[in-house]
Amino acid sequence: MGASVFYFVATLSVIFSLLVIFSKNPVHSVLYLIVTFFTFTVHYVLLNAQFLAVVNFIVYMGAIMVLFLFVLMLLNLNKDNEPLKSNLVKVVGLIAGCCLVVTLVGSLKATAVSDPVLLKNPDLGLLKNLGRELFGPFMLPFELSSILLLSAMVGAVLLTKKEKV
Amino acid sequence: MEIAFVIEKFILVVIIFAISLLIAMYSTYAERKVAAFLQDRLGPDRAGPFGILQPLADGVKMFMKEEIVPANSNKWLFMVGPGLAMLTACIGTAVIPWGSEITIGGKVVPLQVTDINVGILYIFGVVSLGVYGVMIGGWASNNKYSLLSAIRAASQNISYEIAMGLSIIALLLVTNTMSLKEIVEQQHGWHWNVLYQPLGFIIFMVCAFAETNRAPFDLPECETELIGGYHTEYSSMKLGFYLFAEYINMFVSSAVMATLYFGGYNYPGMDWVLANTGAVIGPLIGTAVFFAKIFAFIFFFMWVRWTIPRFRYDQLMHLGWKGLIPLAIANIIITGVVIAVIEKF
Repeated sequence: MGASVFYFVATLSVIFSLLVIFSKNPVHSVLYLIVTFFTFTVHYVLLNAQFLAVVNFIVYMGAIMVLFLFVLMLLNLNKDNEPLKSNLVKVVGLIAGCCLVVTLVGSLKATAVSDPVLLKNPDLGLLKNLGRELFGPFMLPFELSSILLLSAMVGAVLLTKKEKV
Repeated sequence: MEIAFVIEKFILVVIIFAISLLIAMYSTYAERKVAAFLQDRLGPDRAGPFGILQPLADGVKMFMKEEIVPANSNKWLFMVGPGLAMLTACIGTAVIPWGSEITIGGKVVPLQVTDINVGILYIFGVVSLGVYGVMIGGWASNNKYSLLSAIRAASQNISYEIAMGLSIIALLLVTNTMSLKEIVEQQHGWHWNVLYQPLGFIIFMVCAFAETNRAPFDLPECETELIGGYHTEYSSMKLGFYLFAEYINMFVSSAVMATLYFGGYNYPGMDWVLANTGAVIGPLIGTAVFFAKIFAFIFFFMWVRWTIPRFRYDQLMHLGWKGLIPLAIANIIITGVVIAVIEKF
């Protein structure tokens, strides 16, 4: 049952991610992206990572995508005022996309050879265990990444401040 | 999965759903009666005795109205908006513990749909999704006023979610758990969290007012500036859904506040009552007490609405970012220091 649910949700994720790229209207793209994130949340639940699932739900679906939608609505982008891109940009985009595909396929082939990682503790994703891991063996990287985020936040605030002349 | 388990949960979900809709229905009636009481009027009294059938009359009116879909609107999203508002309002009830277990024929039935170990975060996630109904509906209407209102709603919700999350962190420092069931059980015997977290409770309540778009934070439907707000273009039951979702949100946030800060289904003298009434009636009295607390909060929501005038937009942002967020951070630090000192000595 688990496997069939996984394949069903995975298909949905792929379909909605494709719709994000192919829809012409930017607001529709964002809405499809929200649905894609929701399917990711389901994936986390299937992996028994409840905390990660609900954090993905709150942060990506509830906060970041609201901001995306907010900005798009504020700019009110439509199909008719979308700038047309020159052929040069399109060719460059195509080449870059092909490079990405090659890299992804290469890395996927590399992982297929190695052994799949077996989880020793299937309850690792539950809140208490995750907290013990994060504040135990992974204390330093965890705190460092929080400082990284803080510096990004301070930088963003600094950039928006007008310089005093 | 057992069939009996599925049936049990299904019945529970249907009952909770029905009760939330009923309460939301009669909240519209109560709102008018409370408004009338506060303004020294009579309020609705034509439909049935004391106007008790007024919500039914309103419902029939909503269904019978002509349904208008604006020609230049986005038809599909125009329909999705109200549905989403209703959905996000209703799914919050799933993790709220409505009572302790009741025993029917040797079978223990918990009065809670599911007790996940991230219950508070689930509620928080549902709250953060709530704004999509308003945003999508407002944008799909293709009306400048609706769009402005949707943008206002989004910025208001994002701003107040931060303070709300921070006030919850201080609560978690006290409770040490995210399961709502455990939080309620910890508050047994006058250990109500509001006594340990008074500032946190006030911050949470102000944010709950803002998240449910209730006065004095009802800027998304500010009539004097935005005609009708995000539902300007809506008619018939789609409009009804938006209005109804607001009352369900009010009910759910009252339930969450009663659960987190006011002891849920705990009440003084509970052990004596439980010992003398048996395994079915006793827990149901607890549930009744819980609902009494919820009704008290709903009354408070209405009382505030008819007492305090609406904020101006800059006042709203000022209160959220410069008032509540620093207060909530200070609350976390004080709570942390106090807990550290208590554990030390």
